[in-house]
Amino acid sequence: MTVPRSAFDLAAAVRSGETGALDVLGTYLAAIDAGDGEINAFNLVTREAAREAAIAVDHKVAAGEDPGLLAGVPVALKDNMCTRGVPTTCSSRILDGWRPPYDATVVTRLREAGAVVVGKTNMDEFAMGSSTENSAFGPTRNPNDTSRVPGGSSGGSAAAVAAGFAPVALGSDTGGSIRQPAALCGVVGMKPTYGTVSRYGLVAFASSLDQIGPFATTVADAALVFEVIGGHDPADSTCLDRPAPRVLSVLDEGIQGMTVGVLTEFLDGVDADVVARTRQAADACAAAGARVEEISVPEVRLGLSAYYLIAPAEASSNLARYDGVRFGLRVDAEDTTAMNTATRSAGFGAEVKRRIMLGTYALSAGYKDAYYDQALRVRTKIIDAFDRAYRRCDVLLGPTAPSTAFSIGAKSSDPMSMYLSDVCTIPSNLAGHPAISIPFGTGDDGLPIGVQLLAPALAENTLLRAAAVIEAAANSMEGREG
Amino acid sequence: MSDGWVMVIGLEVHCELKTASKLFCGCPNMFGNEPNTNVCPVCLGLPGSLPVLNQNAVELAMAIGTALHCDIRPSTFHRKNYFYPDQAKDYQISQYDEPINVNGWLELPDGFRVGVERAHMEEDTGKTTHVGTTGRIHGADHSLVDYNRSGVPLVEIVSAPDIRTSAQARAYVTELRSVLVATGASDGKMEEGSMRVDANVSVRRSGDDLFGTRCEIKNLNSVRSVGRAIDYEAERQVAIIESGDKVMQQTRHWDEDAGKTQTLRSKEDAYDYRYFLEPDLVPLAPDAAWKGAVADALGMMPAERRARLADLLQEAGTGTEARTEQTATVVDLGLDDLVVEAIAGGVPAALALARTANEAATDAEAARKLDPGSYVTLLAMEAAGALSATQSKTVLAELLAAGGGDPAVIARMKGFEAMSDNTLSVTVAEAVDANPEEWARYCAGEDKLAQVFIGQVMKATRGQANGKAVMAELQRLRG
Repeated sequence: MTVPRSAFDLAAAVRSGETGALDVLGTYLAAIDAGDGEINAFNLVTREAAREAAIAVDHKVAAGEDPGLLAGVPVALKDNMCTRGVPTTCSSRILDGWRPPYDATVVTRLREAGAVVVGKTNMDEFAMGSSTENSAFGPTRNPNDTSRVPGGSSGGSAAAVAAGFAPVALGSDTGGSIRQPAALCGVVGMKPTYGTVSRYGLVAFASSLDQIGPFATTVADAALVFEVIGGHDPADSTCLDRPAPRVLSVLDEGIQGMTVGVLTEFLDGVDADVVARTRQAADACAAAGARVEEISVPEVRLGLSAYYLIAPAEASSNLARYDGVRFGLRVDAEDTTAMNTATRSAGFGAEVKRRIMLGTYALSAGYKDAYYDQALRVRTKIIDAFDRAYRRCDVLLGPTAPSTAFSIGAKSSDPMSMYLSDVCTIPSNLAGHPAISIPFGTGDDGLPIGVQLLAPALAENTLLRAAAVIEAAANSMEGREG
Repeated sequence: MSDGWVMVIGLEVHCELKTASKLFCGCPNMFGNEPNTNVCPVCLGLPGSLPVLNQNAVELAMAIGTALHCDIRPSTFHRKNYFYPDQAKDYQISQYDEPINVNGWLELPDGFRVGVERAHMEEDTGKTTHVGTTGRIHGADHSLVDYNRSGVPLVEIVSAPDIRTSAQARAYVTELRSVLVATGASDGKMEEGSMRVDANVSVRRSGDDLFGTRCEIKNLNSVRSVGRAIDYEAERQVAIIESGDKVMQQTRHWDEDAGKTQTLRSKEDAYDYRYFLEPDLVPLAPDAAWKGAVADALGMMPAERRARLADLLQEAGTGTEARTEQTATVVDLGLDDLVVEAIAGGVPAALALARTANEAATDAEAARKLDPGSYVTLLAMEAAGALSATQSKTVLAELLAAGGGDPAVIARMKGFEAMSDNTLSVTVAEAVDANPEEWARYCAGEDKLAQVFIGQVMKATRGQANGKAVMAELQRLRG
């Protein structure tokens, strides 16, 4: 029996009764068993719960009930999304032993749509990193070349989809943590507009930047998952009071007459093969009838600096609760303060500690105005600059990451060079705008390259129409080159 | 206060709002339940949980702002970061530089107005019990935390440093408590921690304009503690300055048993709270319609109620000065409507106020439930001389105990038939005959001896005679 590769086809096959959800699950669990020993995409495979969920879907199909849009589709969840009764670790020792008493809203929505959660994926601890090396569970390896990183922080989810362990996965994107690993692993990764997907149950890194989004092998699958997880949630005050997104219907509308701006700042300091692929993607847009022009938005250069003040500042507060009092790790000591210190010293890894210190400093009396407040002013400038660019362009185009996947260990001792991995993705988080990474050929080393599309707030329709065009061009290019 | 010195006092009052659920989650806002039963991921600060603002809490905060004559403004929430076991998230969500209520005032019963700088919303912490010899964190064997209170909505009302005496501070807390109860925002139960007071106290020499260095006193759990702690603290500061030292800015703890304030932490140890805008919440901007609806729903405040009574007493020609305390009592107990009804029903204002402040007040809860119609009827009977004061009080006690009834029926059942003039004059004459010496002196002008005869008549009639009628008869006999 062959199981379809895309979630779209898979759900259709399960819904029609052509394929059983349990059979589908079996195929994917077999792939995990065969391959994840090497890749280390999963912190936990929830085999039994997945079997029960798949059986429930099959029962619904047999009973003639609607099993949902993602009927029988295996989904991998980044391990910072709460799953009721199932360990949720953020790949940190500090959450050792904690089982959330509730499901994140996105998890509930996936379950209601008939998706089958297969496990929790590895990540940089608390989503802080760009390589999935900062993990208490060891690094995840890139399925395209296991000596390389998968990117991060949602590297486990990206690798799981790239390796065929799940047709789709969820990640969270605070500064590029979906798009950058998607690019490095050769899959589609989308960060929706801030506020379109509920953050309830997503363990917070930087609340004003965090956004959940899908990994998939196709743009249509990403769109499908986005439709399922998106929409208003009264449990998240920052979630926009809008109906669930409807994007699937527009995917084949093309981009005739659209203006695509090639963001020149994103081409600076980027490897030549990545620049070349980006230009090819621009050509594909032109070939599809879009007007393509270069556009400069100098303010995006300030994004990285602003981000590394705002995100750590919020994180320093969000991560305060890991104090050994109520849940997770506790290292006993003579008094409460000493217990807090001992717990946090033992429980957090080096990168998390670095960012907590950075953020604490940025918010401290006497420094806040020069650092945190200044970064907020920069954030406003970036938003204004994007607004000006979108008066001329419908979407912006650039690379997702400056290079293809780097070797494990290559940047571990140099935080600054690691941080630069996210230079092209961070501005969208600061602006709260949607963006997507689409695989577009390979680099000189034969590893995947991703190109990135950016769009204004709530313009997911436009974004996905353009993404579908680039995806089609990549597929036909692969046919020619392959 | 020592001669030549003046206190400068500002009060911060934390008021727990009487909402059904907590500020940012749906857990019950209840005092006294089994520890850690009214909790959920949000108020336990579990990873991934997010706050959602309680609309009813906002409305009560707006009601407090309206009652305190504040501007109700667009506001935001911040995070106040500090580590403490009863602080579930290790930060408190609180309004900081953009509070919902600013620039108001509270008028004390004597007419003095204390400025209210702000009245902002925030969440309460859990409650830590330190188990060990001292009951404080130092020296505790272990600590237990109850998160039932975590996330309970609070409004913190910050006064301007306008208060100058401990008596004024007590009056402020008492009046504020009445206002908070009147708005429906609070049950005002200081003993259950529904209201908690911190006092900022400094002293300066009379005539000085500059403020002295202040100390903040915590743990003031009753109006009495507020007064005692401020008096103690002011004297402590004066003694320091007079001995040539300087007062150090400190946070101090009031020890009720010892009657002393003790250092909790000094300015150098002050926390850096690293305030920043709470990214999990959106700005709050009540529109004019919402503010109007809250204002319209607000009943009369104590000051308005006192003014209403004062006006009525004024109109009736009753001296208001001497009645201030009675007025305050009936307003405080929520019995002023009875007085107003009685006056409107033709009962003399002084009688209406006195019966309410003295007799009805002994069981205020029952009196508040009394049918105003029967109360007015009773007082009208007394005013008309159909019942003596003593009889009237007896009937009132019966009304309160029974939760209502017809005063005329009760009076009849008690045998309180009004004494005929004829019977009364016979009894008075008997009293005069029995006390010839006093009668002579009374006739010679010793008016106060009338009391002797009134007393005799009352005794003879077992309190059923009308004192005023006895007096009239005595005056008639004297000629």
